[in-house]
Amino acid sequence: MFKILQKTLSTGTVTVNYPAQPARISDRFRGRPSFDFEKWKDARPAAEVCPTGAISLSDKGDSRRVTVDYGLCVFCGLCAEASSDQAVHITQEFELATAERSNLVLTAEYALNADRIHDGLRRVDRHVVKAETDVESLGQKARGTIHKILGRSLAIREVDAGSCNGCELEIVALNNPIYDIERFGIHFVASPRHADMLLVSGPVTRNMELALLKTHRAMAEPKVVVAVGACGISGGIFGENYASLGGVDKVLPVDVYIPGCPPRPQALLQGILLALGRLAERLHNDRAG
Amino acid sequence: MMMQATSATTSAMFEALRQKLGSQVQSVRADREDEIYLLLSDPDIRPLTQHLRDEFGARLVTVFAEDRRAAKGVFFNYYVFEQKDSAPYLIVQAPVQSDSLEFPALSAQLPAVNWQEREIQDWFGLKAVGHPNPRRVALHDNWPDVYPLRKDFALETMLPPFEGERHIYRPALGEGVFQVPVGPVHAGIIEPGHFNFAVAGEPILYLQLRMFYTHKGTEKLFEKLPVHKAVFLAESISGDSSFSHGTAFCQAIERAANIEVPLRGLAMRTILLELERLCNHVGDIGAIATDVGFVIANAHASRLKEMMVTLNEQLTGSRLLRGMVCVGGVRRGWDQAQLDILLNAVDSFAREFQDLISLIDRSESTRDRLEQTGVLRPDKARDLGIVGVGGRASGVDLDVRRDHPYAAYSRYPFRVPVYQAGDVWHRMQVRIDEVNESIGIVRKAMADGLRREFRVPVPAIPSDRCALSAVEGWRGEIIHWIRTGPDNHLERCKIKDPSLNNWPALVEAVQGNIIADFPVINKSFNLSYSGTDR
Ligand code: SF4
Repeated sequence: MFKILQKTLSTGTVTVNYPAQPARISDRFRGRPSFDFEKWKDARPAAEVCPTGAISLSDKGDSRRVTVDYGLCVFCGLCAEASSDQAVHITQEFELATAERSNLVLTAEYALNADRIHDGLRRVDRHVVKAETDVESLGQKARGTIHKILGRSLAIREVDAGSCNGCELEIVALNNPIYDIERFGIHFVASPRHADMLLVSGPVTRNMELALLKTHRAMAEPKVVVAVGACGISGGIFGENYASLGGVDKVLPVDVYIPGCPPRPQALLQGILLALGRLAERLHNDRAG
Repeated sequence: MMMQATSATTSAMFEALRQKLGSQVQSVRADREDEIYLLLSDPDIRPLTQHLRDEFGARLVTVFAEDRRAAKGVFFNYYVFEQKDSAPYLIVQAPVQSDSLEFPALSAQLPAVNWQEREIQDWFGLKAVGHPNPRRVALHDNWPDVYPLRKDFALETMLPPFEGERHIYRPALGEGVFQVPVGPVHAGIIEPGHFNFAVAGEPILYLQLRMFYTHKGTEKLFEKLPVHKAVFLAESISGDSSFSHGTAFCQAIERAANIEVPLRGLAMRTILLELERLCNHVGDIGAIATDVGFVIANAHASRLKEMMVTLNEQLTGSRLLRGMVCVGGVRRGWDQAQLDILLNAVDSFAREFQDLISLIDRSESTRDRLEQTGVLRPDKARDLGIVGVGGRASGVDLDVRRDHPYAAYSRYPFRVPVYQAGDVWHRMQVRIDEVNESIGIVRKAMADGLRREFRVPVPAIPSDRCALSAVEGWRGEIIHWIRTGPDNHLERCKIKDPSLNNWPALVEAVQGNIIADFPVINKSFNLSYSGTDR
């Protein structure tokens, strides 16, 4: 007993104060790649190496359409290494959760010269890919929201609908003493009947489709669904095939998408807080209506 | 026999087997020193298996199939054998005719390949004749009759909606006996699978499993991706073993293409493989403690795990060690700052780990709950072909790092812990001992971690080469087998995660235990559903 106490005291507090303070992450962490579309001379090398097809090209005549989908990106950094024109950089940004799938997609159109090198940017559709809401204020509001609106705690039911278990490792880490998600009043629960939020990692396999639907059906209204990770958003590297249906939104309406492979715990937290906001809105509307 | 595979010894071996088995043995070839292929004229592997087991004490490592109808007019089954104290693998290649589509099952004699033979049935439509339980395993019962790994089945095939039962469970008969179905969605944050317990009051009579809920067409998908992208698929076979599976895959390509990874690359791989082991072992030790109510131990363990995961990120840019291993070595070298961080992290981990273990050792109640719980007897473990941590706690003295050295393991001697008791406590003990050994390996490997090149350029991968690669992941023996194809693609990629061997161990170990102890017994094996289901 004394030994346990001694160890506890000597360890002290280890919980980090994210999101009240910015995440302390290693300077080696690979976040999302950023693209300098004006500077980009040739998208082919990046598209060629990208393992999941997050960067894709379609050439028509003398024009090229480049699509970048952060919903497929696994933050591997190969595109930056392959692009000799310095137009692609790996950043440390990871707070990418969003309610709109289309917010994760960038497109650009280039004129091409005879060597199929970019010869002028014709159009770029650049959503602001950054935290949709200020995460810090999200965090501060979360406790209040949970207390006032939910009148208790936020209950999350997690379902692995076919993942490689990478996302589960990070979701489990949310409960460790470092991230300690319970400090916000957020709990993971066993029964979907007690849950307000369904957190789903994918890809959704043919064999998990029914179990996922049943779990969702068992939850009381109002409820929100969060798709976790590249596979949960889009099927990721597995895509769609005879055994995989692809992203969670192929099966259920999704409220928030959290990119990453897997999303780090802070990214999960940001997505969960964002979804909490949606849930609060829905509760509010239900009561008003 | 399998000691050395120079051409003289392969031809001597050929003669010896010829005398024993007659013309069934067609040819012997050594693709490389430690990888010998033996071609049979028919699919009856039983006499040869008997001979290899009786005369050489050989162990059947894995069984898998390949559709070679286009090139050779037949399917092939491959039986991978290893022999104690001998580095080479012997791979027996047996044709299965495309008109009969049948092969004699080994499972009646060797329960260890029960699931693997059924997987061949499900994925290739070849019948394992005489299999004691020939029902589907890798596709659920409600799937139509499709054979996804045949070459004439397209990956993108969209199957019609499924109807009917997924699986018919054996009924639980007898007075007071009833069934408790659990899953596929479980109470905690874990992967999906279905457990069907037959219980008489508290004690579990037997457990039936329904896995493959996370089957996502991985082996088929490997046939569609260029090799450099397939590395990322390998990292997604089982997220907690990203680096081990990634390394197993890259090694297979390197063997097929005769690529020699420089020592620094090998040493860095070794370090990262051991860091993956450290993370997962300490996490499991904490999880086992939680399941018997010792939550303080888990708080420390999960803090230590987080410390190592943070280190992973410092060394590779990814908390799961992803995007680091590549064909030809590793993608980035380490600078002095990273090596300092590594050294410091390992030192403080080593110190704190001792504290954690002494907390657990002092907890009489923890020991009480874990000893004699979930016992897997050594004879059962051997019969069922159990590998890795679960095997070593039950007397199965196997470790790929020592038995078939890869990366830089032969440079850093270490001890392989083996116990006979086979209970949860000893599965935890194996992990504790291995953590201590891993720390030693990492420290020794650091001396090799600074010098010279860490990666070589990769030439075009030659077509139609086979290669077997093995890695001792933190769970146990991982096997990848490939046949290369044109344009840097693969014709076939077989993946065997140790979980596939080890589920039957869980079934065996829970019998007679109370259902309340199931979680901790399950945790003590901690198998990968995704690694099993692919
Ligand atoms: S970082 Fe993302 S976009 Fe770039 S190559 Fe990797 S997966 Fe593709």
